[in-house]
Amino acid sequence: MTEAATGPASARAPDPAGPAVAEAAGVTKRFGETVALDRVGITVRPGETHALVGRNGAGKSTLVSILTGLQEPDAGTVSFGGRPAPRPSERAAWRERVACVYQKSMIIPELTVAENLYLGRPDRGVGGLISWSGMRRKARELLATWSVDVDVRTPAGELSVEQRQFVEIARALSFGARFIILDEPTAQLDGTAIARLFGRIRALQEQGVTFLFISHHLEEIYEICDTVTVFRDARHILSAPVAELPRAELVAAMTGEATGLQSAAVRRQPPADAGVALDVRGLSHDDVYRDIGFQVRAGEIVGLAGGGGSGKTEVAETIVGLRAASSGTVEIDGNRPRPGSVPGALRAGAGFVPQDRHHQGLVSMMSVADNATMSVPGRLGRAGFIDGRRRDELAATFISNLEIKTPGPRLPVSGLSGGNQQKVVMARALAGDPRLLVLITPTAGVDVRSKEFLLGKVEEVAGAGTGVVIASDELDDLRLCDRVLVMFQGRVVAEMAAGWNDHELVAAMEGVDIDA
Amino acid sequence: MPDTTPDTTRETTGTVSAGSSSEGAAAPGARPFGPGGAVSLVRLRDFALVPAIIVIAIIGQIVNPIFLRSDNLINILQTMSEIALLVLAQTIVLVTGKMDLSLESTFGLAPGVAAWLTVAVGAGHGLGLVPGGWAIPITLAVGVLIGIFNALLIVRFGLHGFIVTLGMLIVLRGLLTGISGGQTFFNLPPSMMYLGTTSWLGLPVSVWLCFALFAAGIVVLGHTSFGRALYAIGGNVDAAKAAGIRTDRVLWIALTSASVLAALGGLLLSGRLASVAASQGDGAIFTVFAAAVIGGVSLSGGKGTMFGAFTGILLLYMIQNVLTLAGVPAQWIGALNGGIILVALVLSRITGGKAQE
Repeated sequence: MTEAATGPASARAPDPAGPAVAEAAGVTKRFGETVALDRVGITVRPGETHALVGRNGAGKSTLVSILTGLQEPDAGTVSFGGRPAPRPSERAAWRERVACVYQKSMIIPELTVAENLYLGRPDRGVGGLISWSGMRRKARELLATWSVDVDVRTPAGELSVEQRQFVEIARALSFGARFIILDEPTAQLDGTAIARLFGRIRALQEQGVTFLFISHHLEEIYEICDTVTVFRDARHILSAPVAELPRAELVAAMTGEATGLQSAAVRRQPPADAGVALDVRGLSHDDVYRDIGFQVRAGEIVGLAGGGGSGKTEVAETIVGLRAASSGTVEIDGNRPRPGSVPGALRAGAGFVPQDRHHQGLVSMMSVADNATMSVPGRLGRAGFIDGRRRDELAATFISNLEIKTPGPRLPVSGLSGGNQQKVVMARALAGDPRLLVLITPTAGVDVRSKEFLLGKVEEVAGAGTGVVIASDELDDLRLCDRVLVMFQGRVVAEMAAGWNDHELVAAMEGVDIDA
Repeated sequence: MPDTTPDTTRETTGTVSAGSSSEGAAAPGARPFGPGGAVSLVRLRDFALVPAIIVIAIIGQIVNPIFLRSDNLINILQTMSEIALLVLAQTIVLVTGKMDLSLESTFGLAPGVAAWLTVAVGAGHGLGLVPGGWAIPITLAVGVLIGIFNALLIVRFGLHGFIVTLGMLIVLRGLLTGISGGQTFFNLPPSMMYLGTTSWLGLPVSVWLCFALFAAGIVVLGHTSFGRALYAIGGNVDAAKAAGIRTDRVLWIALTSASVLAALGGLLLSGRLASVAASQGDGAIFTVFAAAVIGGVSLSGGKGTMFGAFTGILLLYMIQNVLTLAGVPAQWIGALNGGIILVALVLSRITGGKAQE
């Protein structure tokens, strides 16, 4: 990462003594009865990278929307560079001060990168018509200035998540903003892409750009941030230099109670004579994965580790019938369901948490009860009819079993926080009392406490004799496993028993030889 | 530099996940369930048009005291019943996030084919190939075939539903014009007339049938796994697949039953008018869409109820009836109808609170 060298000449050094780039003081925001922010404050110094952390519902998103001018605080002040924030209607003035790169893309996929960059302010040529060549040239110059290596003629929809983020950052910078909020930028990136993003953040930081960094990954905060601010239950808990804040204290500030450093509890091994919950043999699918074979015994937790493009997700999806392999067999609890049939796999005894709850996990307009019981219509009544009361009772048991925070089973699932939505997906996976549980990145984008809870639930289910497959690149998910199969470019390249070393596992996932 | 991130990940994050799993969690499950505010709101939205219907009834009564007389009400219900079946059919399709424009042509072609095959030679373009008793089965069979063909193109070959059914709308209309020579079939067999002309307990059979089918629609959409699957597909088809719903099969059934319902609706109208015109159903699809959307059915799928759709079409027909009773010249009814649809959309947007999709 040598972007700094090619950056603009106007680079400034961090200036901790100057006025705060962005400052919120005594900000309160209510939505009806709910207090989303209760007299919170944050001070972001020039040139620093400031982390904002907190569990889901802590008020981070509300603060972001206030800092970007999308919402007005009920009380309190916001200022940029020592001057009061513009009025809400002055969008252009806001854009010159602050920008947010959201988890969800704010780019229009059908338009080219150049057009996205200059959307709403196109380069005009003769007679006020859009000058495409001029716009492309300006876009190329802009991206070159910030060393973003993307062809401006590419449709934005073809960009990777990483490229898309860089383009959005460049767009923000082109408006003059030197304060950028990154909302969970690493959630959809794999290890190498995260490293590149961090390299980019450091380079921009040297050029005088200030970041507010929102993340669930505490380790990333220690790696990239200078200062951290913790919110909990709509209140400001602390702001401190990252270097002076021990990890345990940070976690304690987020969760509200001291959680001492603990080593992973040792799991009891499933008995050697336990039945086979999953038997995968010779599974291949073109270039996606080749010759995959493994067994999962009842009560065993097996990890499928690997980065993006390793094929781990595809293998897991093949097991549950979301894809069909071109050769090989999948046997679930002694049954061999029709390849490519999800209902078949579910009938054979599988439960499934898909990769992305927004995309595949939930029907957001439907209720918590509908979503949680979607896979088990047979348990809701006879002959295809649904007994509303029976459904709500069943959902209520899931809700209490998984500690889903909801006012009731009939609330649309979109009204829940991320962690609780993921619990609904998990509830559905467990609804049919599966013999085999297949989880794909089951804790992506959920807060620390929900993550802990979900993984605890997986252990509990395994303890009751269900075989579990976890396809993930999250070390926390994999730590739970009795053994981990590491996939790289469609092949299983390593198998590690519990107690593996992080470096080894990550190196295997990245296809790197650790001794090299 | 692929190694920087994960290197030191262990201690902290390990802490987090390895800690207590359930007992410490601050969230004590959920509050006691009950008819929460959100629930009753959802229910209320179903009845959003009921006040409007009452208001129109009062206005109607003021404009002309005939309005609330039973024969007028029956008249409204009967003229509405045929199109209402199209609304029912379209709602099924819309909830899945698709749309079927060809329903209005099926509405004409299905009874048209039945008439073509059963009406005796000599009277218009009838072929007189099969006895009159076959008319109803033929009508329904044509509906099934059209539905299967739509589903084949949309589900099996993945073509866009709007374009497919637009093409089908034109083709089917053309077929009806072709077999009828652009003329109207008369002298329909008695079996085709029965549903449109007979009354049970003072109510026309078509009204009974319409009520019964809507009641069935309410039950199916709200209280069966098939119905919930329709909503799941319309809301998020990938999630529906991942949840084990046989999405393709559900869509096949939805599209086919919609066509059958359209055929049945056409049969009711043919029976009532004792004829099948080459233009039967022409342009009806716009009223159908308007009724569904006014009734709260989303054009982008996953939202809306059968009851809402029913109130939508009922409201439109009541307004038309009031206009007629008020002596509005027939030439102006079209313009007023369009205007009313727009006003109703604006009103439902205001009362519904959310942008229509």
